Amino acid sequence: MLEPINVSLESLNLITLAPMLIAIAGGLIILILDLINAKLDKTLYVMMTILVLFIDFGAVLGLNVNERGFFDVMLIDGISIISQLMIIGGSMIFIPLALTSKRFHEYSYPEFFALFLFMIAGFQFMVATDNLILIFVGLETASLSLYTLIALHNRANSYEAAVKYFTMGALAAGFFAMGSAVVYALTGSVELYKVAEVMATRMNETGLMIAIFGSSVLLLVAFSFKLSLFPFHTWAPDVYEGASAPLAGYMSVVPKIAAFVVSIRIFGMYIDLGVEWVRWTILIIAILTMTLANIMALVQDDVKRMLAYSSISHAGFIMAALALDTTEGNTAIFLYYALFMFTNLGAFAMLWISRHKKRRFNNRHDHPFEKFSGLVQIMPMGAVIMALFMLSLAGVPPFSVFWGKIYVMQAAVNAGYIWLAVIMGLNSAIAAYYYLKLIVYMFLMDPVKDVDTVYYNISKPLMAIIGLATLATVTAIFYVQPLISYLYYMISASGY
Amino acid sequence: MENILSILVFFPAVAGLLGFVVDKESARAYGITVAAIEFLLSLWLWFSFDTTNAGMQFVEMIPLIPDMGISYYLGADGISLFIILMTTLMTLVGMASMGETKNIKNMIVTLLFLEMTMVGVFVALDAIIFYLFWELSLVPMLYIIGAWGGPLRVYASIKFFLYTFTGSLIMLVGMLFVAYLYHSLTGVWSFAITDWYALILPVDYQLWLFAAFFIGFAIKVPMFPFHTWIPYAHGQAPTIGSVILAAVLLKMGTYGFVRFSLPMFPDASVMAITPIAVLSLIMVIYTAMIAYAQKDVKQVVAYSSVSHMGIIMLGLFAMNAEGLSGSVFQMLSHGIVSGALFMLVGMIYERRHTKLMSEFGGLAAVMPKFAIIFGIMLMAAVGLPLTIGFVGEFLVLLGFYQVSPMMTILAGTSIILGAVYMLRVMKFTFFGPLDKEENKKLKDLNARETWSLIPLVAIVIWLGVYPKPVLGPIDNSVNALLVFMDEKAITEEAKDMIKVSKTTKGGN
Repeated sequence: MLEPINVSLESLNLITLAPMLIAIAGGLIILILDLINAKLDKTLYVMMTILVLFIDFGAVLGLNVNERGFFDVMLIDGISIISQLMIIGGSMIFIPLALTSKRFHEYSYPEFFALFLFMIAGFQFMVATDNLILIFVGLETASLSLYTLIALHNRANSYEAAVKYFTMGALAAGFFAMGSAVVYALTGSVELYKVAEVMATRMNETGLMIAIFGSSVLLLVAFSFKLSLFPFHTWAPDVYEGASAPLAGYMSVVPKIAAFVVSIRIFGMYIDLGVEWVRWTILIIAILTMTLANIMALVQDDVKRMLAYSSISHAGFIMAALALDTTEGNTAIFLYYALFMFTNLGAFAMLWISRHKKRRFNNRHDHPFEKFSGLVQIMPMGAVIMALFMLSLAGVPPFSVFWGKIYVMQAAVNAGYIWLAVIMGLNSAIAAYYYLKLIVYMFLMDPVKDVDTVYYNISKPLMAIIGLATLATVTAIFYVQPLISYLYYMISASGY
Repeated sequence: MENILSILVFFPAVAGLLGFVVDKESARAYGITVAAIEFLLSLWLWFSFDTTNAGMQFVEMIPLIPDMGISYYLGADGISLFIILMTTLMTLVGMASMGETKNIKNMIVTLLFLEMTMVGVFVALDAIIFYLFWELSLVPMLYIIGAWGGPLRVYASIKFFLYTFTGSLIMLVGMLFVAYLYHSLTGVWSFAITDWYALILPVDYQLWLFAAFFIGFAIKVPMFPFHTWIPYAHGQAPTIGSVILAAVLLKMGTYGFVRFSLPMFPDASVMAITPIAVLSLIMVIYTAMIAYAQKDVKQVVAYSSVSHMGIIMLGLFAMNAEGLSGSVFQMLSHGIVSGALFMLVGMIYERRHTKLMSEFGGLAAVMPKFAIIFGIMLMAAVGLPLTIGFVGEFLVLLGFYQVSPMMTILAGTSIILGAVYMLRVMKFTFFGPLDKEENKKLKDLNARETWSLIPLVAIVIWLGVYPKPVLGPIDNSVNALLVFMDEKAITEEAKDMIKVSKTTKGGN
């Protein structure tokens, strides 16, 4: 007869689940509100979402570092806390972008906001565990919600984008499941810390290396899809183009933070085990990603597609930091995203301002470069702000992304990869061209006739968010120090 | 005022920000006033500067990002002092002489931001702060060339930006590596240049790092074969853009060599003497020949300016007090003379809307003042004794003679070549028959133009006759630099090559 299992409530440490539960409960509250009164305005939902996220943020801040909970499935270490904070923070600056002056129908559905909160819960689960199954569950929760959010947008190619993303995501999920299966077959566990222990004892067995490497390749393919790394990046520009501009900006930051956390856990483990192949595979993928995406971005006609390729290139840049597997390298990942988040969301928000409700700018594109020509004459402040974002993305000091870049490059130099730092430098130089291209259009060309659309969508909340992003971009030099020391402390505390 | 350097850096920036509010009609007066105050501030810097002290003065240090070793660290020595003065002077004069310009307010604001970055480069003692201002200076210049330039302006401005940006990113990797070395030797992160000076590096490291910094600086100078961006930049830039570009921005490159390459990598610098001297000679002679073949006055001035940058480079790598002091002095004289020449070309262009020499002829008859000032500046560019151009050029050649008489003779031909193409400009523009109808009605310089040029003429002659007030402090700092390099050098060849002289006489 089986013995009944006694589990005391304290040993579950349920507080570790609190942040996710807050997000889910918030989503449910929004749905219930809709049931009670269907005529509520989107402003209410937006503010509700922000408030829920605010509580969520507080709950994450209150967690103790390096705790496990819920049958040791939940893992609250330094990187899970900082990544949750960044995910929630990014979401909080994203969601007010729904308050445009024109009505876009996806925001009139409360489901949008409920799904959004479920998605955040999914990301939080993903980063707050080292159990491959829970990672999978979190990943799928978040991804399925995200597909729906994309499809809710009112353009024909939004459906295309959502379906494309869904198909690719399903494929990636398949690879992830297979990779996890191989890991389980090798070690008899899905908990990464146990996996590492078992693998360490079996490293010398002949013939096993190929299986270990195989598992890492399967997982790497899965995350290359999620992180849009070469050669699995092809979906990204189409999906970004189909999604609404803020959502595209959001997708280039928040889901990637979550995926990077999992990548640090998984691939960091492989590199720590001494599987140098994994390091080199990641390095090669990273270099190819940043270089090829840069070259593709050079020839884009559409600003949104250009920014899509640019964010792929930035992801490659950061992936190279991951391959270093030093505390500095891992700090660089978070520092880069923390700084990149504001600038990139700000740039996409500028596109969002210019988005016409029904009309496209021309047959092919919503945001071609011509749309922004002579912007300085139409909207001087807007042009200056957009130029600041572009300079920041290009890595011109003292704007925010520069500090991320220099930290990544310094981490590469410190780890002995000077050639990598040189490649990063040259890539930044290539990238400068396409960012400059937009600046040239905005400042040095005359407006195309009848451009009433460049500030079509502007509203106070959007201006506030863009103002915040500008402030964060320009004053980065003053807050980089506390940010670095906090991130470095949290990451070294969790042993990465 | 111990923090005068900060004020010098941020005053133009604040003025630029406030300038957005100033009305269009008053923008020019605002800009000139601000630039004049800035110039007075830099004069104050000179007067409160202790000329007997060869080290860094007015040092300010505020840690910004201690975890990375980055701090806000400023200071000035005899070398940077006069370059700062020249920067503020040329900005003021350039702004004052500026003719009718569309969107003048944007121009003024851009120039003020540019002034901040330029002064910032010359006072920064932290490598990252230096890099910050260095990169930031590209943005206003991009806008000036791109918005007010000629027909190919967009191409020219992007080429200028990308060229310099690429080079400086390689330099950034070099800086990061030096910081890494510093950290691995001392356990402390630091980007302070003065800390870096203390590093004694193995020769192979020095060579690699020298190469990394060289790429960044050489593109800016611009050294042959990295000079291809400059004909476009000068050709397309508006007058004020060319003035600032030639007078100040190019000096950033040569200043970088003095501030970084020489003291940090003395052995590598000595090894690089021959290759750099060869490149400089090619630059001097080749661009002088190109200058001779130009039909456009502005292109002649542009190529001659590049040609003279070669002399500066030659002096920097003479490794003795004469060469280095002469080189730093030549930076100033080049700034003033080529700046003035670009302004003069701009003035005639405004009147005739052409820069082709064939369109002119006999202008001395209708524009005597213009012809006189142009003539003086031309002679100074050629290096006529008793003008500012002679002092620097002479010292550089004197210094480099100790390194290689042969190369010095070759470089000396540049003076002859320079005289040839410059006199050719003189002949076709000012002398000969006044046969073009349009030229007969040309007005001479007006009061604004005359008064913005007179100070430059005065300086050209004053420092040509009596360069000591400027050469003294430069000599001081240069000698200190040489002593330092000599002590720091680890190879025998370098110790032999670097000549420390106890006394140096300046000029004529």
